[in-house]
Amino acid sequence: MMAEFLIEMRQISKQFPGVRALRDVDFSIKKGEIVCLLGENGAGKSTLMKILTGVYKQDCGSIYYEGEEIHLTGPRDAYERGINIIFQEFNLCSNLSAMENLFLGNENRTKEGFFSFTQTRKKAKELFEKLHIDIEPDIKVSQLNVARQQMVEIAKALAYDTKVLIMDEPTSALTSKEITTLFSIMRTLKERGVAIIFISHKLEEVLEVTDRIVVLRDGENCGNVITSDATKNQLVSLMVGREIHNFFTKRTQAPSDEILLEVKGICGNKIKKASFNIKKGEIVGFAGLVGSGRSALARLIIGAEKKSEGTILMDGKELIIRHPKDAIAAGIAYLPEDRKNMGLVLPMTVRENTTMCIHRKLQRLFGLISNKDEYDITDHYIDELKIKVFSREQIVETLSGGNQQKIVIAKALAVTPRLLILCEPTRGIDVGAKAEVHNIIATLADQDISIIVVSSELQEIFNLADRILVMHEGAITADIPIGEANQEVVMKAAIGAV
Amino acid sequence: MITEKVHTSTDKQPFSTRTKRFIQRTLRMRESAIFLALLGIMLVITIVAPQFATSGNIYRVSRQISFVAIAALGVFTVILTGGIDLSLGSIIGISGVISGLCMASGMHYLLAIVIGLITGCAVGTINGLLVSYVGITPFIVTLGMLSVARGSIWIITKGWPVENIDDRILALGQGDAFGIPLPVIIMVIVSIIVHFFLRSTVFGRRVYAIGGNEEATRLSGIDVKKIKCLVYTISGLMAAITGIMLVARFNSAQTSSGDGWELDAIAAAVIGGASLQGGAGSVVGVLIGAAIMGVIRNGLVLMKVSAYWQTAIMGLIIILAAVIDRIKNRKVS
Ligand SMILES: Nc1ncnc2c1ncn2[C@@H]1O[C@H](COP(=O)(O)OP(=O)(O)OP(=O)(O)O)[C@@H](O)[C@H]1O
Ligand SMILES: [Mg+2]
Repeated sequence: MMAEFLIEMRQISKQFPGVRALRDVDFSIKKGEIVCLLGENGAGKSTLMKILTGVYKQDCGSIYYEGEEIHLTGPRDAYERGINIIFQEFNLCSNLSAMENLFLGNENRTKEGFFSFTQTRKKAKELFEKLHIDIEPDIKVSQLNVARQQMVEIAKALAYDTKVLIMDEPTSALTSKEITTLFSIMRTLKERGVAIIFISHKLEEVLEVTDRIVVLRDGENCGNVITSDATKNQLVSLMVGREIHNFFTKRTQAPSDEILLEVKGICGNKIKKASFNIKKGEIVGFAGLVGSGRSALARLIIGAEKKSEGTILMDGKELIIRHPKDAIAAGIAYLPEDRKNMGLVLPMTVRENTTMCIHRKLQRLFGLISNKDEYDITDHYIDELKIKVFSREQIVETLSGGNQQKIVIAKALAVTPRLLILCEPTRGIDVGAKAEVHNIIATLADQDISIIVVSSELQEIFNLADRILVMHEGAITADIPIGEANQEVVMKAAIGAV
Repeated sequence: MITEKVHTSTDKQPFSTRTKRFIQRTLRMRESAIFLALLGIMLVITIVAPQFATSGNIYRVSRQISFVAIAALGVFTVILTGGIDLSLGSIIGISGVISGLCMASGMHYLLAIVIGLITGCAVGTINGLLVSYVGITPFIVTLGMLSVARGSIWIITKGWPVENIDDRILALGQGDAFGIPLPVIIMVIVSIIVHFFLRSTVFGRRVYAIGGNEEATRLSGIDVKKIKCLVYTISGLMAAITGIMLVARFNSAQTSSGDGWELDAIAAAVIGGASLQGGAGSVVGVLIGAAIMGVIRNGLVLMKVSAYWQTAIMGLIIILAAVIDRIKNRKVS
């Protein structure tokens, strides 16, 4: 007799030092079903999926696979059974090429047992074409931006026969174009009978692509709804346990007329003569397709990369920035798009990460760090951003993805900057927390702080920005006041059609 | 997550839970495990060779350990950033010889010591500049420096040891206070300074951060190159301290002084829990690591193991420590 469910997890519990991540959680999925796992940051979604893929072992509870109980010995075991996962945090080897990553552990060999480049390249090309991904198989992963790395991750998971595919926030770094591609891939897989577990904080996506939604709250089951019956508000109240109303950010003040920063014709690293300015208390959103140069421009401004030409003026005076430290000294804080590689020192504590950029402020006689100030600042941000930690001494690596992202935000806010450059600030953050972060950003702007927001989520930019700059192939192609902006105008500029 | 309150900071909890946490944390710490290992090794050696536990032997062993430990603390600082210093043995030698020559030429002993320390810092800084600003891998730079510095010793001394050392410095290597060898006291003082330096200052915080994630550290507005350069200066300084103490110990500056010590120093750091990737390890761990190395060396001598075997066994111990570390890490993830 065929079991009703392909996978059934019963009464799963998991305790970490200091936190109970899961308590008696049930979860099941059928063949050809797309189920969303929904919950706030730190609700236990990733932990549950790591148990299903053998990364962690549950403290109690059992897992049934096609009706039979299984005891996974490790990730390899799960993988050989056809359970495949795209992790929330990237797991690519950045020193290898895209194609080498695709077949890592399953290399194509020649008859003599050598690694076959020709065959690998051919297979990689086919796979990328099938998925409509425009990536050279030979390019090093370290040269790809977050969105492209994400596409490589997805391709990697699809390189083999999969029965269960788990996607932990695959869309958080993608723009709508790639998301559409991804969804069509998911539907094809579904027709082939693959069971897909989809984790995302973007409710529209969840409602669009899934069949059923399982909600977790504080490590416990608290809802199981058929997608066609669900509404956004219902899901939010299931997740949070209360209703959230103010999704929209309110500014109390218009930006001033004084210009804070003026960027004049800067070039370098794919950027072609970009010029723009930003006023005090203004929020400027940068829109564009993946690879259009938005984050590259940010990196040039803060001196993470050398610019070959151009000048930057602050308060009308030229500002020389050769290294990120010069940017910080000038009051420019930067939040990078890739929290794992560029934002956080994972093996260090919440406290040490939060205060990374403000050592100078904390420094006392003999370079000693003032404990009290450091504790106060850390506690302040843990409170303000509602970061779920059991102590400020928790190692950042053990935080949930969304809470790690909040640490990166805290780190940038702690600079108390005059200009804040945010690249994908809310990547992986849940609905409620996102609204709060947006409110914080709006409040900062009201206090005359200028803010640049780079986001692949157009809605986020529409929600926050006073003005939208659109980039296409390394150049700024449009400058649109928010009043005149709509999806169509922005997309046109983004594909270079103006 | 089933914690009652989401934001509980440790200092608001009742005393008993705090104590319990503290004890649990201490037991979980890597340092406790290797400390137990050290005790175990000492016990075994005492059983096989009872003369190990005599006060005279303990006195000599602890003194020997101090020399290695100080050099190990230097290379440990480098290892924290993900680098390595293979040249420390030669720096031990050259700073000893230079300061010995100064004394032999009649210079005031304090000035001679300072010049020896400056020599160590200078050689270390050259390593650092080449690693940081020229961008050569630490392994190659310091491997080259190992040879350059050792060769320079021979060029300067023509292979003869430097005698006529100022009597007033001998206590640094031979003296004692309250029955404790002076080198041990110096080691304790240096360790305390290095510990606070790494744990409580901005510089130390940055050293750990670089080892944890260099790019994130750079983007946080930290001058990574400067710090990566300075850790080699510190390593050079520590090697020089050891070098001068060894001159005092033997009442002459030997040309082979410090030869091969990079092995013991790096091993002490690794056994003590430092990760060669950088970003992990503690001063206490390094001290225990140095003690383990010293005790085993001494034990082998007392057990009359042949010198050939000794060398091979010390090598095995280092590999074993690395293997245990690997297995432990695998279990965690
Ligand atoms: N290795 C670990 N050690 C200690 N605590 C951990 C560890 N891994 C996860 N946790 C804790 O377990 C809880 C659940 O984390 P999990 O990563 O499953 O959340 P999540 O639902 O995926 O959240 P997000 O939406 O932010 O990704 C969090 O409070 C987290 O801090
Ligand atoms: Mg997660």
